[in-house]
This record gives sequence, C-alpha cells and structure tokens, in this order.
Amino acid sequence: MASIAAPTSATSAYASGEDTGIWSWITTVDHKRIGTLYLWTALTFFLIGGFEAVLIRTQLMRPNMGFVSADTYNQLFTMHGTTMVFLAIMPLSAAFFNFLIPLQIGARDVAFPRLNAFSYWVYLLGGIFITLPILFKVAPDAGWFGYAPLTTTQFAPGMNIDFWVLGLQILGISSLAAAFNFITTIINMRAPGMTLMRMPMFTWMSFVVQFLLVLAFPPITIALFFLLMDRFFGTTFYAIAAGADPLLWQHLFWVFGHPEVYILILPAFGLVSEVLPTFSKKPLFGYNVMVYSGIMIGFLGFGVWAHHMFAVGMGAVADSIFSMMTMLIAIPTGVKIFNWIATMWAGEIRFTVPMKFAISLIAMFTIGGISGVMHSSPPADLQQTDTYFIVAHFHYVLFGGSIMGIFAGIYHYFPKMTGRLMDERIGNWHFWLTFIGFNLTFFPMHFAGMLGMPRRVYTYDAGQGWDAFNMMSTVGTYILFVATIFFIWNFLRSRTRGAVAGNDPWGAGTLEWSIPSPPPEYNFAQIPEVSSRYPLWDLKDPAKTAGIEHSHADLMTITDAHAVPVHEETERKTAKELGIPMPFPTAKPLVAALTMFLMFSGLLFLRNGMPTVFLIVTIGGAAAFIATLYAWLTSPLE
Amino acid sequence: MASHAAAAQGAAPGHDDGHAHHHYTTTGLEHRKIAIWAFIGSECMLFASLIATYLIYKGRSIVGPFPHTEWVSETGKVFPPILDIPVTSVSTFVLLMSSFAMVLGLQAVQLKGSPLPDGANWWTRIQRNSQLWIGMTALLGATFLGFQAYEFTSFVHEGLTVRTNLFGSTFFTLTSFHGAHVTVGVLWLMTLLWIDRTRGLGPKDELIVDIAALYWHFVDVVWIAIFTLVYLIR
Repeated sequence: MASIAAPTSATSAYASGEDTGIWSWITTVDHKRIGTLYLWTALTFFLIGGFEAVLIRTQLMRPNMGFVSADTYNQLFTMHGTTMVFLAIMPLSAAFFNFLIPLQIGARDVAFPRLNAFSYWVYLLGGIFITLPILFKVAPDAGWFGYAPLTTTQFAPGMNIDFWVLGLQILGISSLAAAFNFITTIINMRAPGMTLMRMPMFTWMSFVVQFLLVLAFPPITIALFFLLMDRFFGTTFYAIAAGADPLLWQHLFWVFGHPEVYILILPAFGLVSEVLPTFSKKPLFGYNVMVYSGIMIGFLGFGVWAHHMFAVGMGAVADSIFSMMTMLIAIPTGVKIFNWIATMWAGEIRFTVPMKFAISLIAMFTIGGISGVMHSSPPADLQQTDTYFIVAHFHYVLFGGSIMGIFAGIYHYFPKMTGRLMDERIGNWHFWLTFIGFNLTFFPMHFAGMLGMPRRVYTYDAGQGWDAFNMMSTVGTYILFVATIFFIWNFLRSRTRGAVAGNDPWGAGTLEWSIPSPPPEYNFAQIPEVSSRYPLWDLKDPAKTAGIEHSHADLMTITDAHAVPVHEETERKTAKELGIPMPFPTAKPLVAALTMFLMFSGLLFLRNGMPTVFLIVTIGGAAAFIATLYAWLTSPLE
Repeated sequence: MASHAAAAQGAAPGHDDGHAHHHYTTTGLEHRKIAIWAFIGSECMLFASLIATYLIYKGRSIVGPFPHTEWVSETGKVFPPILDIPVTSVSTFVLLMSSFAMVLGLQAVQLKGSPLPDGANWWTRIQRNSQLWIGMTALLGATFLGFQAYEFTSFVHEGLTVRTNLFGSTFFTLTSFHGAHVTVGVLWLMTLLWIDRTRGLGPKDELIVDIAALYWHFVDVVWIAIFTLVYLIR
C-alpha cells in the first residue's frame, strides 16, 4: 500500500567509528544511547507486563478456572498495572524524550548528560527491584494504587508491599531527575530561531509532561514516605485506630494519579502530532490551539483527582465540582481530536504503518474518552465503579491511546534511531492483529462491566451472562500476544536487514530529519538556525506550506542562507575532527544509582529482624552515595 | 552575560566557540539556574503535601501529648502543652539570620577582586569576607539543627514519639524532613567554604554560590510556613 523510496546506497549504521562495546553503553552520557537503553528496557518490561496479562486472561477465560491461585492472581494484576504504568509506558515515553527532544530543538545533548544517565540507571534498578519478587511469589499484591490502610502491616504483613513502596520511591527519583533535566533542556537549549511556538508538537507535549512530573510526583513521594514510615518505623499515618483518615492515601495518591494519566497520554499525543502531518503532507492543523489545549489538559489534570473517589462518599459539593472539572477536560481533548482530523482532511495521505497506528489512536482514544465522560457523572459512576466497564475505559485510553501512539512513534522513528526502516509487510500484520486483538479484548469488557462483573476478582461463577464476553476477551488477548511476536520479529530483524533509511525517509518537516540516520554523536555538525515550524519543508518543498500560516509570523522569505543545513551521510565526521566538545563517558551515574539503591534496599532488613544489617547497608549506601556525588560534581563534564 | 551573547552573535549562528563554560543558551541563563528553580517547584509540592497532612490531622489525635493543650492520661498523669514557642522563636530567628548572612556571602563572592571604595570603613571591609559569611550561614544553620535536636530529645522525654499519636507522626515527619533539608544545606555550604579556603571563590563562581543561596532561602521560607502553621496557630 505504501511505497517508501529507499536510498540505494547502503551505509553501515555506525559508520563513524564510534565505540559500541558494552563498557561504552555502561558509561554513556549520550542522550540517543540513553534513549536506546530506555527503549530496550521498557520494551522488555512491556513484554513482562503483557505476559502477566496473558496469565490473567487465561485464568478468567472460563468460570471457576483454577489456572492460578487467588493470591497469585492478586500479584499478577498488581504487577501488570505497576509494570505497564511505571516500567513500560512512562519509560517508553522517556525513550522518546531522550532521543527526540534534543534533535527536535536543534541541540547536541540534554542540559545535564550525566544526570540523564543517572535517571536511566535508577529506573533500571528500581524496575528490577519491583519485578524480581514475582519469581519468589512475594510480588506486590495490593493493586497498582496500593490503597492504605490495606497496605499497612496490619493487613499486609508480608514483604510484598515493602518491595512496592521502596521500588516506587526509587522510580520516582528517576522521573523527577529526568524532568528537571528536560525542563532545562527545552527552555535553554533551543537552537537560534526555535521560539517556543515553533517547537515541534512532540517537544511541546513533552514539555507539559515534565511539569506534570515535577508537580505530581511529590504528593505520591510523600504518600509512599508515610507508608514507609508506618511499615518500618511504626508511625500512625494510616492507623485508623489512632484516628487516621482512611481517605488520606486516596487523596494523596490520586493527586498524583490523575496527572499521571496525562503523563502517560500526552507524549503519545505528541508523537501522533508528528506522524499525522508527515503522512498527510500538511502542517499540523491549529498548531497554537494544539499547544494551548495540551497546557489546558495538564492544568485541569490537577483538579479532577477525586473523580476516582466518587464511591467513598465525599458529599454533593465535592462530587459536583470534581464532576464538572472532569467534564471540562473533555473540551481540550476534543479539540485535539478534531485538529488531528482536520490535519488529515484533504491531505495526501499515505497509509504507512505509523500512520495506521496514529489514526487508530484517534479512533480508539475517542471511544475511551467518551466512556470517561460517562463516568464523570457521579450517579453513573456509582454503577460503573469497580466493574469491568472501568477496565474497558482505561484500556481504551492507555492501550488504544498511549500504546498505539508509542507504536506509531516506534515505526516512525526507528529509521532515525537505527538508520533502517522497519518492514511494512510485517508491520501491517502487527498493526491489524493489534487492532483486532485489542478491540476483541476490551470492547466486550464494557458489556461484562455493565452486567456487573467486578474488577480484581480472580474468578466468577457461570450463568451471570459474563461467560461469552470473558471468552472473547481472552481470545483477543491471545491475538495481541501473536501480534506482539510479529512486532518483536520486525524490530529485531529490521535493525540489520531493513531498507536503508537515509536522512529523511518519510519526507518529514522537522529538524531531526535533517541529519543522518542514526545521528552522529554530536547530532548537528552546525547548529541550525530555525525560521519556521517545518524548516525542512520550507527548504525542500515550499509549496507544501505555502499559504498556510505556520509561524511565519513576519512572513519572512526563506533563503538557503537562513534555512537549516541538510547534512548528508558523506559529510559524517567525528566530533574530534569537527572540534565539537563532547561530554566524557563516565560510570559515576551508575555508581551513584547503585549506592542510592543500596541505601533504600537496606530497609528490607529492618522488618526481618536484622536491624544491624539495615544500619550497615543503609548508612554505608548513603555514605558511598554522597562520596560518589562529590566525585561526580568535582570531575569536569567535557 | 554580555560575553555570552557576543559569542553567540559573533560566530556563525549557533556555531560553538569550543570553550567549555561558554555554551550558547537560549535564555542566556546557565542551565543550573533553571534546574534549581524546577527543583524548588517540586520541593514546594513536597512540603505542601506534608503540611497539608499535618493540618488535616490537626486535633484528630486520640491520645496526648497535644501541641497546644493540656492532656490528662487515664492514670491521671498531666501532660502540659508540648510546644515550646519561646525556644522555637529563638531558633527561627537564628535561621532567618542565616539567610541574611547568605545574602552577604553571595555579595562578597560577587565583589571579590573589585577595588574597595575610598574611605571604606570596617563594615565595608567585612562585607568583602566571603569565608566569614558563608561560614556564618553554615554555623547558624547548624545552630538551628542543634535547637531541633534539643527539641526532639525533650519531646521524647516528655512522652511524645513518632508512634505516640497522629500529632507525633505528622510533627516529627514534617519537621525532620525540613531538618534533613537544612542538613543538606549545611553540608553544601561547608563544601563551598572548603572550596573558598582552598582555591578561593570569585565572581566567576557566582553561579554555584547563587544556586546554594536559592536553596538556602527556600528552606528558610518553608520554615516560616511551618513555624506559623504548626507552632503559632493554635
């Protein structure tokens, strides 16, 4: 269906003699390599989380199945949620933040390259820490939301929740460090002429997400810290007998949890806002409004958390306000949907695999958005809460939205990352199987939920009208499993055998496509000067943007002297040859992450009757961490 | 700053001049200055969550000791109100004065090397002593921590620990979280003092002193909120 002209000259992916050994990956501070590490790690966790889903669906295939025990089931659904939210989708977005933001704004790296490496290593260690216990059947088992007081030692005496509390605390540090880094990068490292309102939409949505991270992670950090204090040091934050409020956790968690939803979806919105214009051969429709609606979504996202709590009885006033705020959020989201449609309208659409994933985001997210508006109404929500209707809703926004958008992004940017295109034929199998499997899995859940099937219950009796819907969902999950095998095959195969991409295989308009694929370590031999939102289109194909206002605020004439220089593969030189200073590789971020990890994991010994080991590991870890920080901060960056 | 702008304009647009510490930035500000503000924004939410929890749990403790009111236990033992506002007023004053010293410390670093005006008196001379002011900031911060250690010890002796009641849990967690921030600040300032003593801090180091100062002032401002909401308001 889609034909992509591939350059005939085959060049090696890493032609410039860059070191590719294992030590070069351990010590790397290059944002593109860190992005690659994020991508591989997050895809691995995505497969683990997906496999957990397959086990869950197998247990629910028929009534009264005994495939897994109730206890194992609790661990599976908890880890499926925790893995997908914290270890798969967020870091997959982080892979794109890392890889793309500096390229899109015309920078050579992020503001703090070593802090960036630190974020990745902390994420990796935290992810392993929270995932490994499932092999020993002591994985967290209280849901990804971990409601206290259910998670206090009174009701959860095992180590399961200890891993969850400490693991999430560690992962939060990773996200916060990364957010400070990207905020600084976007504010301060834009190429000359790259004004805020000329930034590519992915960078804009990422920018909003970094603010959400900075402001939303502290409440959950504190909620987790209270829980940690309760579990390890006997405080009374969640002790009802001491007068504690059972809603404290829910409020603190959802003040984080709802912005988190937008942390998961906005990067995907950004990715499809790059894909749709490229394959419609038209600039993004209503760029300014797209920016404002993204900011609006982020802003309103902080005022709707209690719609997760309608069932706890907050009273009519609180319910009404949160209901109204929730309905309001549908407006900026709807604006985005219509602008994407208008972007495609009358465009020269090419139905490539990334384009198909992007379009399916629009359709599937809309379904999830509409069911979201349904339960923004408290009376409706009281019927739907804790049923499979909710499960259907949030999988339509998180899978139908985030995952579809991320797949669109992977297919779109794979050639930029590796220098080779992913296979369209296998990609089509992947797309159609995903699309069919996804809808077969989650659409029947609406009905099962409406018929009263509760969430988080490990089995059910026959004859309640749920049997057929559950069977459909399970078959759909198996189709998704097969679809994912096609994806893995395509991903692994195309790295070495895909068609050579060249600088700009899709005819896209933004800066990242002006440089070779994969980009050299310094990205831009010469920092470009930017005069519009689609500098490459102005240069290569002015007709594409003629007559459409896209930040030619002064309607300046684009001349070759002002336009972005297009770097050809033959020009590829090393940073040393060009005299560009690059940050030194260093293992200090990894050592810092390891020592900080020790500091946290020491707490595990405290509740197991080994206070001396706790003191040695935690204080030793803290001392080593501080020593590493001093060594880090006193050694020069480049 | 002027030299940065000149470097960015003089060379071909965006062409790096190759010198470390002279990178072109969009705003003209150093990266670390922006990052510290983002960090402080995040810290605001951290302390807001802690303070909000304290306020929500205020008056909900089932057993004493209580912060502002007397409590008689089942055995008839009388526990007086536990907060000692006069003593904490002194430590608050100490911490506020440390911010004053910090301002003078930053100014001393900025003015290092510039000639003294004619007829400079002892105060003008002493204002130029960066080691004095940075050291004094750290010392005042450490004094505040000493007050906090004294306060915590006496509370424990009077029968209030983190496990006693909701007040104990929220009070100790909030104030020790703040105390931990002061501790980090004192270590940071002592590191600056050490750098000043070994190689000397001058106008070129303005940034590293400035971001330490921003952090220090932030920690002070948070204490004003805590002192008001926890100690003064009954």
